[in-house]
Amino acid sequence: MRAWAPIAVAAAALFALQLLLGRFEFFVYLASLVGVNVILAVSLNIINGMTGQFSIGHAGFMAVGAYTASVFSLATNDTRIAGLGVVSDQIFFVAALALGGAAAALCGFLVGLPSLRLRGDYLAIVTLGFGEIIRVIVQNTPSLGGPLGLSGVPQYSTFAMVWFVVFITVLVARRLASSTHGRALWAIREDEVAAEAMGVDTTAYKVRAFVVSAFFAGVAGGLFTHFQSVITPAQFDFTRSIDIVVFIVAGGLGSTTGAVSAAVVLTLLPEALRSLFGAIGADSSLSAVVDQIRKPLYGVLLIIIMLARPQGIFGTNEAWDLFKKKKAAA
Amino acid sequence: MPELGTRAPREPLLEVKGLKVKYGAIEALKGVELSVGVGEVVALIGANGAGKTSTLRAVSGMVKPVAGSITLRGQSVVGLKANELVPKGMAHAPEGRGIFPNLTVRENLELGAYLRNDGAGIADDAARCFKFFPVLAERQKQMAGTLSGGEQQMLAISRAMMSRPKLLLLDEPSLGLAPQVTQIIFRILREVNAQGMSILLVEQNAHLALGLCHWAYVLETGEMVMSGTGEKLLASEEVRKAYLGE
Repeated sequence: MRAWAPIAVAAAALFALQLLLGRFEFFVYLASLVGVNVILAVSLNIINGMTGQFSIGHAGFMAVGAYTASVFSLATNDTRIAGLGVVSDQIFFVAALALGGAAAALCGFLVGLPSLRLRGDYLAIVTLGFGEIIRVIVQNTPSLGGPLGLSGVPQYSTFAMVWFVVFITVLVARRLASSTHGRALWAIREDEVAAEAMGVDTTAYKVRAFVVSAFFAGVAGGLFTHFQSVITPAQFDFTRSIDIVVFIVAGGLGSTTGAVSAAVVLTLLPEALRSLFGAIGADSSLSAVVDQIRKPLYGVLLIIIMLARPQGIFGTNEAWDLFKKKKAAA
Repeated sequence: MPELGTRAPREPLLEVKGLKVKYGAIEALKGVELSVGVGEVVALIGANGAGKTSTLRAVSGMVKPVAGSITLRGQSVVGLKANELVPKGMAHAPEGRGIFPNLTVRENLELGAYLRNDGAGIADDAARCFKFFPVLAERQKQMAGTLSGGEQQMLAISRAMMSRPKLLLLDEPSLGLAPQVTQIIFRILREVNAQGMSILLVEQNAHLALGLCHWAYVLETGEMVMSGTGEKLLASEEVRKAYLGE
């Protein structure tokens, strides 16, 4: 009962917000974008942060989820469950997300297997290769739209749905971190040989971390395509993977709080800069510049963070731990 | 292989026969034989590169031997991985300590009990470790990486004991430690052994190891060349020349 209560509360609260804010289209779009990035960051943090395996191919898992979900939704676009109206769409949407997540999880399993043998830089190269392979395959598959991508994916996504998945992802990451599983992952991150000497089956845990992480990345991809409506392979290139890595490194590897905060701030930053330029009367070409300087800006930001605080803004601390400590002290 | 002194009759715990380990073309172990009885402290001594650590790593499943048999309580354990040996009653405190630096002392100990789920028993064992090494109790909320070398070694030993092993494998517990700290650690090892835990000890410091053990093996370039009681080996001309620098 206790386990389900927060989920029910979150669902109700998000539904209420949806009724209040659902008509502000740009807000919903931005919030959805932020939500998807938060899911990606929190899920990548399970591999890179908690388990200490460096993966830089997260966009690949997202792409697998996005394309799987899109194909499913396009195929079932004309099908309705009689008598359910809009609810019918949402049922198909959830099914599409689940399929996308499952497909990505399968890929996570396949990528996780070589990670048994590879460490550090070598694993990073494999995951990078995986991400690129996915993109190139999609780009050269006519039935997936090739370089033009898929369009006309039904816009089933809502503010409430995206943020409900965000909530679930954070909940899973948090419970994972404080569980026996989480302990095992931390041990692997700290010292793999010692973890094994403690009886931790390091191989199995690393694969599991990949599978869980890839699943959520796939779901994020599914959400993404259902509010973008158009997806192209170029949206899942290497730079997107790096964006996600930047989120978690800046936020603090191993901190879910850090992953969430950094994903929110760094997604909104370019938008804020753009509207700031708009407000001071700059012409639209200056807004375009914002997009161009985003990447170097990230680079500079990362260098500054690494110099000033190499463990990331939050280190491995969590917001809820702070609350707990305060309670204990009081 | 000459034996100095007589070994007390014992119930076999660990039996190693014909153990061979290769790293590429290099043969690190050329058929090592050794046994540890229930309740015994057995030491492996020898010069650098003699194969002491390789022996320990093969026994604990961290390297795969190319030949030979390893049995634990009559059961073959060759080819099992390190994590599969822990539930069978073996714990390994690897060379260089291998503590988890960014976890607290207490979390390190809890990870040592990773395969157990008897909360009360774990708390008891942690309390026992704290009794052995009071300094760890003072620092239980501190990150393990901030401990001194000696304290880290104490933690590594404590952590290995947290799985309640039948056999504790220790690799160079005195490495890089002040003589005083080493004394403390060896005193505790004696006490732990008196409470029934068997120990297989690899040690450069032959003096200390021979002083503690019931039986010792001398390794030379991947082979056992001599064995005996600690006392007899300490008194032997050969050992004194080769390992004690006298």
